[in-house]
Order: sequence, then structure tokens, then C-alpha cells
Amino acid sequence: MQSILAVDDSASIRQMVAFTLKNAGYNVIEAADGKEGLAKARENTVNLVLTDQNMPLMDGITLVKTLRGLPMYATTPMLILTTESSAEMKALGKAAGATGWLVKPFDPARLVEVVRKVIGQHVLVATKPATAGLRGLGTTWEP
Amino acid sequence: MGTMTNQGIPRIDAGIDLSQFFAVFFDEAFENLASYESLLLSADPAQTDGETLNGIFRAAHSIKGGAAMFGFVDVTALTHELETLLDLVRKHEIELSTPMVDCLLASGDALKAQLQRHQAGGAGEPAPIDHLLATLRQLATQPSATAPGASTAGTATTAGSTARKHATAEQTRTLAVRVGPLLAAFEIQSLLDLFDDIPGMGNATLVATDNVGVTDYCDLSVVTSCSSSDLIDLFTFYVDREKVSVTESSRPMADVTQIPDSDPGFGLFDELVPNVSAKPADSATTDMATGAHAPKFDRHAPLNDSTTLRVSVEKIDQLINLVGELVITQAMLAQNAETLSPNQHGGIVAGLADLERSTRDLQDSVMGIRMIPMSFVFNRFPRMLRDLAGKLGKNIELKTSGEATELDKGLIEKITDPLTHLVRNSVDHGIEIPADRIAAGKSPHGTIALSARHQGSSIVIEVRDDGRGLDRDRILAKAIENGIPLPDGMSDQDVWQLIFAPGFSTAEVVTDVSGRGVGMDVVKRNISALGGSVELDSTLGHGTRVLVRLPLTLAIMDGMSVRVGGEVYILPLASVIETFKIDPSKIKSIPGKGHVVQLRQEYLPVRLLARMFDVPQPATETDRSIMIIVEADGKRSALVVDELMGQHQVVVKNLEASYRKVEGFSGATILGDGRVGLILDVGYLVA
Repeated sequence: MQSILAVDDSASIRQMVAFTLKNAGYNVIEAADGKEGLAKARENTVNLVLTDQNMPLMDGITLVKTLRGLPMYATTPMLILTTESSAEMKALGKAAGATGWLVKPFDPARLVEVVRKVIGQHVLVATKPATAGLRGLGTTWEP
Repeated sequence: MGTMTNQGIPRIDAGIDLSQFFAVFFDEAFENLASYESLLLSADPAQTDGETLNGIFRAAHSIKGGAAMFGFVDVTALTHELETLLDLVRKHEIELSTPMVDCLLASGDALKAQLQRHQAGGAGEPAPIDHLLATLRQLATQPSATAPGASTAGTATTAGSTARKHATAEQTRTLAVRVGPLLAAFEIQSLLDLFDDIPGMGNATLVATDNVGVTDYCDLSVVTSCSSSDLIDLFTFYVDREKVSVTESSRPMADVTQIPDSDPGFGLFDELVPNVSAKPADSATTDMATGAHAPKFDRHAPLNDSTTLRVSVEKIDQLINLVGELVITQAMLAQNAETLSPNQHGGIVAGLADLERSTRDLQDSVMGIRMIPMSFVFNRFPRMLRDLAGKLGKNIELKTSGEATELDKGLIEKITDPLTHLVRNSVDHGIEIPADRIAAGKSPHGTIALSARHQGSSIVIEVRDDGRGLDRDRILAKAIENGIPLPDGMSDQDVWQLIFAPGFSTAEVVTDVSGRGVGMDVVKRNISALGGSVELDSTLGHGTRVLVRLPLTLAIMDGMSVRVGGEVYILPLASVIETFKIDPSKIKSIPGKGHVVQLRQEYLPVRLLARMFDVPQPATETDRSIMIIVEADGKRSALVVDELMGQHQVVVKNLEASYRKVEGFSGATILGDGRVGLILDVGYLVA
């Protein structure tokens, strides 16, 4: 079974996410803040990290950045769940090494859909040549 | 990027009923709301620290997140405005002001009402919040008008912000901007968001993307008054300068509509996650990460700490009940074992002694679960004091101590109203207005001190003020006016007791006697009903002190067991005044009105328990009756029983839970010998 680490300081949202994903057939490990998330990610091997951004002790961006630095999580997909799809947040998320974002609120069905997609895509990425995503780079461009 | 998420993946109906998470959400939201309010109250507008502001923002933010998730639209709308304003405040783009705190507190109240309505099932009309939303919006846009071109900036949602430079005043014009090649879809959105974030930058519309993938070019139509170079500077927050080209377009591109973003809620940054550190956007974003835009939060109250566990009160009560049964069984065993010889049954006797110790420890621990700190009550007072003091033009400082003192949850709920009353009285009638205080040679700031501490098996809560104190002469005058008989040479204590008389709680007293009086009888009655007592102490001109003494829990009570015929009843020890033997001939019968007995100068109604409860009594018993004087609600009665059996702690069992409410009894307990003893409702007996 694939394991998902769900990190959110809000117990209600965390429980909702965990319940939904367990129902969808995933093993879910919960953590209430970034620090706990980091500890649990070290103890277990997870296939996907879903983290809230705004949390006490350690925020989601920092968690993603720290996890990315660990060899075992170098390529694991990580999504940031955020209330705001602001550019700032996205830039930070991207710089930290997050795979993508999901804006709250989302309904359970949506979450399952996104998770399936991301976990699926991850498999795809691993089998593709590394340059596949950089299509278009060769084009010259005049300011 | 809109094409990214819907590829061939059907929406799955996860079939999850969100309402199962509501209870947790409400608990969480109310906790957040409480910390929101207490942080706001501790925030000094003149000197706010970042931690407090972050804490306030975080509370609103968390409520919004949950409310949006679980579909409480009105809560989301209000918290969204709060969040917008608070975000600007915590970034110090707008300074906190007293009117703003007022509005934020009022919003907190409105939020509470909204949440309570939803918690109760959402019935009834939601309270209107339009005025609050308008005020919040207005506060969030306060000092913005200086930005040139702001009038054309239709998206100035975060006006008042920006240390970033604006163009010198230029005419508004339309520019065609081409950006690319882009590395990730999010960059387009980032650029568009830039226009939302920065007032005066103008409006941008996405004209087209090279939509083969998400990684190529996009064309924007920008209506702005900024200079092209400023625009490019801003764009380089997210993309390299050489990727941006700006062309003046002579005609407004009115026909362009924004390409609908079919999936703005989810996206992938790119497909080469491990390499992102080499991305061009980094230099700009890293700065932002270390700057004011990446706040690190620290939660003030560790309420969601994973070391705590939420359990329903029902489960705990069940546990307490079971432990109660265990205590009774243990008592029965101990009683039966008294006849055993320690020589012959040494093992059993030693085992029973161990059992007694463990049972008592277990009972203490289990009762401890229901204990919650007094801060649950104390925390509501800063707000109340602020509101009241503001209304009355007084300066009052609240000091609290012993907030960590724990008390049974049931008692906490019941003590809140009486305590609120006492504090309100202190504010209203105790503390003088600043001018009077100065005239009396006191500091213009009044102080109200609340404290709680354990004392034996009770808790003592003290409400003390340094106000004007009680005026003995005026209370006596008022008592005479009300026709209350006054013995000569009353002590101060006796005089203070007068204000607990029901007749004193009139509006007139409030103005005539500069002391307490508003509903003090109710306060005393409520506290007595909990098995507690109220003491009052005052010095004219120096202040008043009220001491409230309460038992630690309602589940265990000190009782006196009495026998009537073959039945055993329990009386709450707190309501017993005195007991004595009486010659039955002293009991006088008044036709149609029952019996009375003369005790010193007083006639008291007599309750013959045997007759009231139809207990068969051998004729001999009536000759040597025992009388117990009990008091409740300020009234006394004399109970006639056959025997006083002893005093002990009893575990109170609710009758309604297993049978139904029975008049005259407040509950039941199981006695040491296994029999059920009913607990007498003294309030009923004196009525």
C-alpha cells in the first residue's frame, strides 16, 4: 500500500484528509506540524507528502525544503495545501522543491483525484528523460 | 495550466460525509477564536509585537481554512476580510489602532455567533455582517490613496501596502506583454497575481498561451500607468528579464476576455522537481523567503498539541461512574472484612488494604480528567472589562492569578455566571471614575484582581477590587427602608450579609447605595446550590473582597446519612446547620399548615420525613426523634429523623440517568453495605 504523510495543524482538516485517503486505499500517516511531519517522514517511507503551509513550529515550505534535502525524499512528490493560491506562496513552494499545490477548500473527491494524479505522474516522471519538461528552452527570445 | 488536471481522470465520488468532522472543527474554531480574542486584548495598539500579530492572523486564518473546507460560507466571508486586514497589519503595512481592535473584536463576536448557529444545525437567520465586512474593507484600504494611478487600478485589494516603487504619473495605456519561455505554468499565474498584489500596477489579462504545454509563452494585455521599465522590474520577481518583451499597443484591447482558468485550485510546479534549485525565479523568491513575507509562526497556546487527546465528556463520565462503582465495591469488601481475623486471613486483609489505596488513587486520577483550569473562566474577563470600562469611562486593570487551578468541568460551567456577576459589580459599583479616584488620593487606574487557589478539598476564588468599598451606614439605612429587622450592634460581617438579601437587588439600590446589590442574592443562591459559600469583606474607601468557596467536584459530596424507619437518606453536609434531640411534644401543629417548632426566637416549619416519604415507623421511634436544621436558598426547615448514622463522602449518582427525576431527591448513592441511599434535595424540603 502506498503511504501518504498528511501534515496540518488543524485537526479537523487533517482528519478529513486522512479519512478520505484511507477510504481511497492509501495508508495515511498524520502529523500536526512541520516538525512532527519531518520526524514521521524520517521514521517511515512515504510515497507522497501533503502539507499545509501555515503551521506552528515548522511551516510547510520549510518541511518540503528539509525533506527534499534528504536522499530518500529527493524525488518524492510533495503537495502544499494552501488557502491562498498567491504567487508568492507558489514561488516559495517551487523554490523549496514542492511538486505542486492544492488550494483549500477542496472536497474529498477532489483530493483523491489530485492524489491519484500526482502519485501516478510521479511514476511517469521517473521513466522519462530528464529534459522532457524543458521543451521550448531552445527558442531565442528578444526582450 | 487549466488543462493539466483533468486529463482522463474522472472525478471520483469519494462518498465522504463531511459532517462527521464538524465537531472537531467547531472545537478547533472556538479555541482559535478564544486565542484570537485574548491576543487582541493583549495587543497594545501603540506597541505591538510581531508574535502577537502573527498569532491573531493565524487564528483567523485557521478558522477560515476549516470553514471553507466544511462549507460554512458566511464564516469564510468574514474570516477572509479579517485575514486580509490582519495580514497587512502583521506586515506593518497598516498600523493597529484602537478603533481597529474594536472592529476586530466585534468581528470575533460575529464569528462566534455564526459558528454557534452552524453548530446548532444552522437554523434561524444568520446575523447580518455587511457592516462589519464594509468596515474591515475600509480599514484595510486606509492609507492607500497616495499611489498614483490608483484610480485605474481596479484590483487594489491590498491597497495601503507597497514599499515597492511606482511609476511616475503617466497616462494609462495598454501594453502587449509577451513572456517566455516559461518553465512552469505557475509563473503565468504568479505574474497575474502580481497585478492583484500591487496597487497601481494596473490590470493584466491573459490573451493567449502557447497552449501545447504549459511551458512556453504567454501573451498578456496590460492596462497600466506604470512605465515599461517598472513593469519589467516587477516581472523579474518571477521571470528573467530577457524573457519579457513589452510592446506599446495603441488601441485598448477591449475585445480580449480572460481565458477561463478551468482549474485554478491545483497545479504542478514542473516535472523536474529535484532540480528546482537551479530555476531562475530563485534569486527573487529566496529574498522573499527570508524577508518579511515568510513569517515564522509560533503558536501561543499549544491547544492542538498532539500530546493531548480529545475525548467526549460522555466517555469520561462513564469512566467516573465505573470508578464510583469500584469504590463502592471496595467499601463493601472493606466493611465485610472488618470481622475477619488478621491472623487467619492475613493475605486477604493486606490485599484489601492495597485495593483501598489503589482505588483511591484511581479515583483521584479519573476525577482529574474532568478537571479544567480556571483560565477557562478568567479568560472571558479581559474582554468584558475592556467593554464595560470603556462604556463607563473608567480605567481598570485586571490582574489574574492561579489560572492553572483546576476545577471540575461541570462546576466551571456553573460558576461562570456568578463570577461574571461579581466582576461586573466590581466594575460597575466598586471602581470609581478616574476623577473620583484622584480626589480620594488613589491612582486613576482601578485594579480588579481575580485569583483561584486550592484549599483542602475546595477551591477558593477571590474577586478583589480597590474601589470605594461598601458603606455600612447606607446599607443599614436601606435595610430599614426595606423593612428588614436589624438587631442592635451588628458586626460588619452581618451588615455585609444584608446585601445578599433578595430585597436588596433592586435598581434603586444600585444608585442609592454605592455598593453591590445587583442580584447578589442570585449569586449566593447559585453558589450555595453548588455546595459552596460566599464571604464578603470590605473597607470603605479601600475596596471590597469577595471569596467564593466551592467543592472541587460535583461527583463526590460530603454527606450526612440519616435513618428514617428502615430507610437511609443522605443530606448534603453543607446544608446542615445543627442537629439536636427534641421532645415530640414541642412540635406544634397548625391546622392546615403542617407543623412548626420554636427554636430560640424563631418558628421553623417542621418536615416529618417519615410522613413525607411514607416510611413505616415503629411507634416507639416517634418518642425519641432527632431534629436537623437545614438551610437552602436562605430558608430554613427542621427535619425530623430517627437516627444520625454518620458523615462520609458519597459518590453522587444521577437519578434521571437510570430512572427519572423524583421530587425531593437530588440524586442517589450506593452505601457501604451495598444499599441505595437517596440524597435529599434540601431546596425542595425548605420550600
